[in-house]
Amino acid sequence: MIDTLVVIGTDGLIYAAWLFLIALGLSLIYGVLRVLNIAHGSFYALGAYTAASLIGLYGRRDLWPYGVYLMIPLAALAVGVVVGPLVERGILRWMYSREPVYQLLATYALFLIFEDLTKLVWGVDPIYAYAPYTLLGEVSIGDITYPGYSLLLVGTAVVVGILVSVFIRRTRTGRIIVAMIEDPEMSMALGINVPRMSVLAFSMGTVLAGLGGAMTAPMIAVMPGMGAEVIVLAFAVVVLGGLGSLEGAAVGALLIGLLRAAAVHLFPVLELFVIYLVMALVLILRPRGLWGRMEVRRL
Amino acid sequence: MSRRFSVLNIFILINILLLASTPPGSPQAPTPPGAPAQLKVGIVVFLSGAAAAPFGVPARNAAELLIEQLNAGSGPKPYDRPGIGGVPLRAVYVDEAGGAERQVAELRRLVLEEKVDFVVGYISSADCLAVAPVAEELKVLTFLFDCGTNRIFEDRTYRYVFRTSAHQVIDSIGLARYLLRVRPNVRTIAGLNQNYAWGQDSWNTFRDALLKLKPDVKVVSEQFPKLFAGEFSTEISALLAARPEFIHSSFWGGDLEGFTIQMTPRGLHRRSLIAFTPGETMLPRLGRDVPPGIIVGARGPHGPFAPNTPLNQWFVRAYRDRYGIRPVYASYHMAQALLGVKAAFEKALAANEGQWPTVDQVIAALEYLEFETPSGPIRMAIGKGHQAVEPTAYGITGPYDPQQKEVRLTNVVTFPAECVNPPDGVKSEDWIRQGFPGARCP
Repeated sequence: MIDTLVVIGTDGLIYAAWLFLIALGLSLIYGVLRVLNIAHGSFYALGAYTAASLIGLYGRRDLWPYGVYLMIPLAALAVGVVVGPLVERGILRWMYSREPVYQLLATYALFLIFEDLTKLVWGVDPIYAYAPYTLLGEVSIGDITYPGYSLLLVGTAVVVGILVSVFIRRTRTGRIIVAMIEDPEMSMALGINVPRMSVLAFSMGTVLAGLGGAMTAPMIAVMPGMGAEVIVLAFAVVVLGGLGSLEGAAVGALLIGLLRAAAVHLFPVLELFVIYLVMALVLILRPRGLWGRMEVRRL
Repeated sequence: MSRRFSVLNIFILINILLLASTPPGSPQAPTPPGAPAQLKVGIVVFLSGAAAAPFGVPARNAAELLIEQLNAGSGPKPYDRPGIGGVPLRAVYVDEAGGAERQVAELRRLVLEEKVDFVVGYISSADCLAVAPVAEELKVLTFLFDCGTNRIFEDRTYRYVFRTSAHQVIDSIGLARYLLRVRPNVRTIAGLNQNYAWGQDSWNTFRDALLKLKPDVKVVSEQFPKLFAGEFSTEISALLAARPEFIHSSFWGGDLEGFTIQMTPRGLHRRSLIAFTPGETMLPRLGRDVPPGIIVGARGPHGPFAPNTPLNQWFVRAYRDRYGIRPVYASYHMAQALLGVKAAFEKALAANEGQWPTVDQVIAALEYLEFETPSGPIRMAIGKGHQAVEPTAYGITGPYDPQQKEVRLTNVVTFPAECVNPPDGVKSEDWIRQGFPGARCP
């Protein structure tokens, strides 16, 4: 019994870490810019494709094997720095003053465009990049073997979560961003460069989406359509936690991860259902999600 | 002098252009009386989405290659005469992505606007089930080439619809029989299948067939992850913890390959014997990273299980020369459909004393037809002559062959069509429940 609980806990934690990594950027972008970014799925896929290509390039040279892990953050940064400002300045800034439905449509259109772009660049055949997945060896927990990479995934999620949270709370730029969330007009009146901060926040969200994809690339066959699968899950986590709340995203991911792991081990037929069940229950009790806040409406 | 030179130049240029506009070796054979100038075929396969890379693109490639070679008449016997009775084929490709409703609309467009003579298509069972009644209503000859559901000709009767490959039941019954050959004492089994029609049908048919053959087998875990979930770490833990002797999976595409990548370092294949019913598609892709000791099938005698005939050698060589990788089972299924069409039209043409046949005559020729394919002879033996039967085969992954750039298979066993297909007029479910009456197995 204890063994089963330990396995469920470990599996839940690994899945939660993965969910948190893919949902964090989405939550940040909503928190700061109030944009529900469907193109998040594309940034995730771009991160995965870029990481897979870089890992492949690195692997073909006879270099220090562990250096391959550097390709993961590098891919995330590349996606964020190139795509983030381009999308924010090129498209989203025209959408802020419009109804949220226009933002949804615009980001959905972007999602479709990026889907085709990835196919144009990388084709439809899957790409594999599993060197980082196997390089760290295995760890046994009880009777079950886990790849070291799963622990790296958990570690990355924790570190990235803490870094983002510290950045928001403790740095000057972070505080400015929080002020912007609270009251964009007043921030502007106080001389804050809101457009610059918006680019920064959006690009950070894009880096995080890219990181989610880059961390996932070594575990899967990187192929067209992968972004669409993930966007639903990311939305589930973010809605459950409360739109825009980082703590909420962490708790939401953990809740879904653990309950899903319990379902897979004990009642596998419920696996698909459990995410939506948790969502429904939480939203009935707390319609704004676990960490959601009431919004002050100004007249 | 210069003027003469330029006239000569123009003359040469015109000749070159004329030569270029006539394809080399293009047949000028007389076509039968009443024949159209060309036969337009609508080919519907996934060209985008997750099923494009493993199935859609290999099937489209096979169609391109075969249509070109059939039109040129450059295949081996019995497909060495150009076109269909001398009439060239012309393909219109349609993306199968977008769901069943869109495919119904696309079929209407193909027939009413593109005016295709017949349709070859559909990888998804949902699409096959949706388009078959519409094809019947439109009276357009439709050759389902790859979808797996057994319900099409077991629940209904069609006149214009045919399926030139076997349905999924051969995979499940074949695997149950294969398992009892390689592990006759198996006691505990588990299933890992995608949570939708294909995954559920595959698992249910396999489990029922195995329990009929060996009633003391116990199911210790049934996992149904979401289709295209991508991440399977929890399911792998659950399967490691349940310790089944055998695991059945009908995973395909990215899920199949992702799962294999994820389970290998965790040693699931060392703890349990694993079978992937459509596992053949990953062999040329993952190559040396396919772990040893895994049972793989190819949904029939395709790919590494195909017979060593001149027709198959030609198909594999031509495909490999052009696309740099060997054909997988979806390519074989496409070849079966196109060669079946050619065989049926030409049989009807012969029966019609050289006059171009009517659609009714083609249908009559195709019902219960047997024709040669790279996968061996295919018989339209069940579903009132509209549904093909095929043998099936399984093998176990062995050492990597650097020359072929692919894993070699060991313990290959082929089960004849009569061993794994229900007889004509019998539903698969009933056949399994009754204990496979009339099955002829080696």
